[in-house]
Amino acid sequence: MTRFLLAVLRRDLTLAARRRGDWLIALFFFVMVASLFPLGIGPDPKLLARIGPGVLWVAATLASLLSLSRLFADDHRDGSLEHMVLSPEPTVLLVLGKSLAHWLIYGIPLLLIAPVLGVQFHLPADAIGVLLLSLLIGTPILSLLGGVGAALTLGLRGGGVLLTLLILPLYVPALIFGAGAVDGVLAGTGAEAHLSLLGAFLILTLLVAPWIAAAALKVSLE
Amino acid sequence: MNLYTYASPATFYHLAGRLIPWFAWSAGILTLVGLYIGFFVAPTDFQQSEAYRVIFIHVPAAWMGMFIYLVMAFWGAIGLAFNTRLSFMMVRALAPTGAIFTFIALWTGALWGKPMWGAWWVWDARLTSTLILLFLYIGIMALWAAIDDVKRGDRAGALLALIGAINVPIIYFSVKWWNTLHQGASVSLTKAPTMATIMLTGMLIMAFAAWFYSIAVALARVRAIILERERHTEWVKDILER
Amino acid sequence: MPDNVLLSAHDLACTRGDRLLFKAMNFGLVAGELLLVQGGNGQGKTSLLRLLTGLSRPEAGEVRWRGQPIARCGETYHREMAYLGHANGIKDELNPLENLRFADGLQGRAFDAARAERTLGDLGLARCLDLPCRVLSFGQRRRVALAALLLAGATLWILDEPLTGLDVHAVAQMEGLLRDHLAAGGMVVATTHQALNLAGVRVQRLLVGNVAIPDIAASPDPVAEGAA
Repeated sequence: MTRFLLAVLRRDLTLAARRRGDWLIALFFFVMVASLFPLGIGPDPKLLARIGPGVLWVAATLASLLSLSRLFADDHRDGSLEHMVLSPEPTVLLVLGKSLAHWLIYGIPLLLIAPVLGVQFHLPADAIGVLLLSLLIGTPILSLLGGVGAALTLGLRGGGVLLTLLILPLYVPALIFGAGAVDGVLAGTGAEAHLSLLGAFLILTLLVAPWIAAAALKVSLE
Repeated sequence: MNLYTYASPATFYHLAGRLIPWFAWSAGILTLVGLYIGFFVAPTDFQQSEAYRVIFIHVPAAWMGMFIYLVMAFWGAIGLAFNTRLSFMMVRALAPTGAIFTFIALWTGALWGKPMWGAWWVWDARLTSTLILLFLYIGIMALWAAIDDVKRGDRAGALLALIGAINVPIIYFSVKWWNTLHQGASVSLTKAPTMATIMLTGMLIMAFAAWFYSIAVALARVRAIILERERHTEWVKDILER
Repeated sequence: MPDNVLLSAHDLACTRGDRLLFKAMNFGLVAGELLLVQGGNGQGKTSLLRLLTGLSRPEAGEVRWRGQPIARCGETYHREMAYLGHANGIKDELNPLENLRFADGLQGRAFDAARAERTLGDLGLARCLDLPCRVLSFGQRRRVALAALLLAGATLWILDEPLTGLDVHAVAQMEGLLRDHLAAGGMVVATTHQALNLAGVRVQRLLVGNVAIPDIAASPDPVAEGAA
């Protein structure tokens, strides 16, 4: 079981290392979307600090969606997805492994670049710390829920746009709790409540999403 | 199991055909009664004057929008668990009705909000979560539209309804939480002070009308879906040739 | 049906969209036997193979492995079954060895590099071990997929057009591999448009769909078939 999970992880990480373009594009997308907001709204530091948490969180959800449409699509095209589903291990583990790999490849770089963007938005140091923490808890949710959408839209025309339509509403709680945590620090009301709720949502997602995604994957492969 | 799945739509088709008039007529009569109470019998509200009367449509529509989504998830789960084709047809038949009720709830909410809050749209917790509910409906219907294969569409839609239904309470809670943090207390619909019994009666009658309407429309749609999917079977050919 | 039947189909029916591909299909396969699935294009050969793997579910009927419906013994069945479809299921970015290492990981097995290298060498890929599969030819990539099949150590092979893209020499080698596998008590379900020389092999033929095609393969002598 562990060997299977490690094999999936190792493979996806190796592939990402050989195709650096993919995750770099998602990362630059995140940076650019976030950088467009000051240009559209104006450079007022107070205003930017006010909208910063929300903008960065929305940009993170969009960046994760950008890459999610390919979570299973590439493996579907060359037939390796069928081999993985036909392995003796349960498909839930496969989905879990691929979601985890997605988070490591696309989520972690967002985390690393987020402080720089936080500075761009004039967020104070403690708020940046909480932003990182909220992204650390929140981005796995994006990968897990996105796995459901990627499995449902596998092989469909315009799957990428459809995926966005299906999954964005499900991201709402993560967005609210995540951005709210940073807002809480800025407003001086503390971030603990938001972060605990975000953590609870992560646990629930971890318990539910892989099963639904595994079922969806089987449906899509039929 | 096979005999069951094959035979079931045929019997259901005829049963639904007999039930539809009853539900349709009940819905029509209850709507007339409910609207009459709402517009002519119920007294003018002290605080909100005549504009409040939109709640006779708004509240039942909002209830139905939320409720139908849960019913869809329920039928979807049954279909996935027992592989019953009729359940998936129910899910497909219910979605447009649910989406329309959700849309009506949003529209009437805006109409009600203009005189109350002075704005067509307010990021009120209920309105916002209803909007997200509408997005969930649109997502399911878009997924069906994108999938050509009937069987795959049925199952994919059911799975999406299922994860959406698990998410709906969390979304509602999170939006409410977000709302209380960002805007003090806003006027809330059910807080309409001490609702008169006659108002409540009118609203309940309208709610029943919405129920019966949904059932009638869903049954009619299931019948159409059955005919479409079973068009190669003998009994459907018999019906169509008659 | 004899007792030693391992893989069996019971009243299988399969539809694609509105179209009924086949119904009431029954067969049983014993150890050492080859099931050759025949039929024209679009008659449901691939659909049948996917039903047998458990990737898709039949409209009616069931597939059994050792007497158990495969829907209920997925884990055991998938441990003893290996599938090679139209797509090779290998990653272009990885080299052949890495691909085989992952295939072993999927089975939850430790990777035996020496054995993998030997198998690749036997299939004539000794010089391609550290090249990404992207630069290999179509036939070479097919052979990497065959190496994964051999290393899986499965009892039952389900092969969809295994000879596509292989040259004459490789086809002969493949015939040898099939014979060895069957002689060792293995089983094969395969579709192919090409002629196969399978002298001394127990072959069962199954016609899918309603278009009869000329008697090919399975005869002791290779007989060429027309357009594929």
